[in-house]
Amino acid sequence: MNPAQPAMPRVLIQTADFDLARVIAELRAGDGRIGAVCSFVGTVRDRTAGTPGSISSLELEHYPGMTEASIEAMIDAAHHRFDIYGARVVHRIGLLQPRDQIVLVAVTSAHRGQSFQACEFLMDYLKTQAPFWKKEQTPEGANWVDARVSDDLALAKWGLTSLPGGNAG
Amino acid sequence: MKVHIKYFASIRETIGLSAEALETEAPTLAALREALIVRGGVYAASLAHGRALRMALNQVMSLESASLSEGDEVAFFPPVTGG
Repeated sequence: MNPAQPAMPRVLIQTADFDLARVIAELRAGDGRIGAVCSFVGTVRDRTAGTPGSISSLELEHYPGMTEASIEAMIDAAHHRFDIYGARVVHRIGLLQPRDQIVLVAVTSAHRGQSFQACEFLMDYLKTQAPFWKKEQTPEGANWVDARVSDDLALAKWGLTSLPGGNAG
Repeated sequence: MKVHIKYFASIRETIGLSAEALETEAPTLAALREALIVRGGVYAASLAHGRALRMALNQVMSLESASLSEGDEVAFFPPVTGG
């Protein structure tokens, strides 16, 4: 890596697409302790309720400042809970198209178990705690996407609740 | 005291405003919400009780019972749907 280049921040909120290989290369750079890298990439579906082509685009709004701070806090929580070396979260905002990448979570650890768990933990946390909102464009018009109870249940399995009543409730 | 209010997503669209500053004596988030509902119209429509609504105080998710102080930033928004 070019020494003049500053290290990539743990959290990136951006309109631009991302490159999983580059994020992982940066996360692993020079760290011989790492024996496991686990990553998750979320992408835009072209359908709701199983109807292909029913979503023509997706717009993502967020709360600048709170978004970054809340995800930083989630990464701190992941470090506290799991034996991991590093974590990165990249989340796109603005107008996205079906099949575009939306979100990336990548985690490193000595062995696979902690990376798998921390990666899922971060995604479950992000789904219910990070201030993003999705708006779908469909042939019938634009809809704000509803929160899902299943996402609250996913967070609950870590012994956490978003707020009394959950995020979707 | 003066507080800074932000609205996001469907609530921002319904109210037609993304931010406003307000002079208020509301001691809590619940009281501030109530003061906005009393305005009626789009405020009552989007902040009414029974609607799925989340609040943040100084950029941290908060309960309605949280206390307000001079200069606080309060945000009203629907349940989050990122990821």
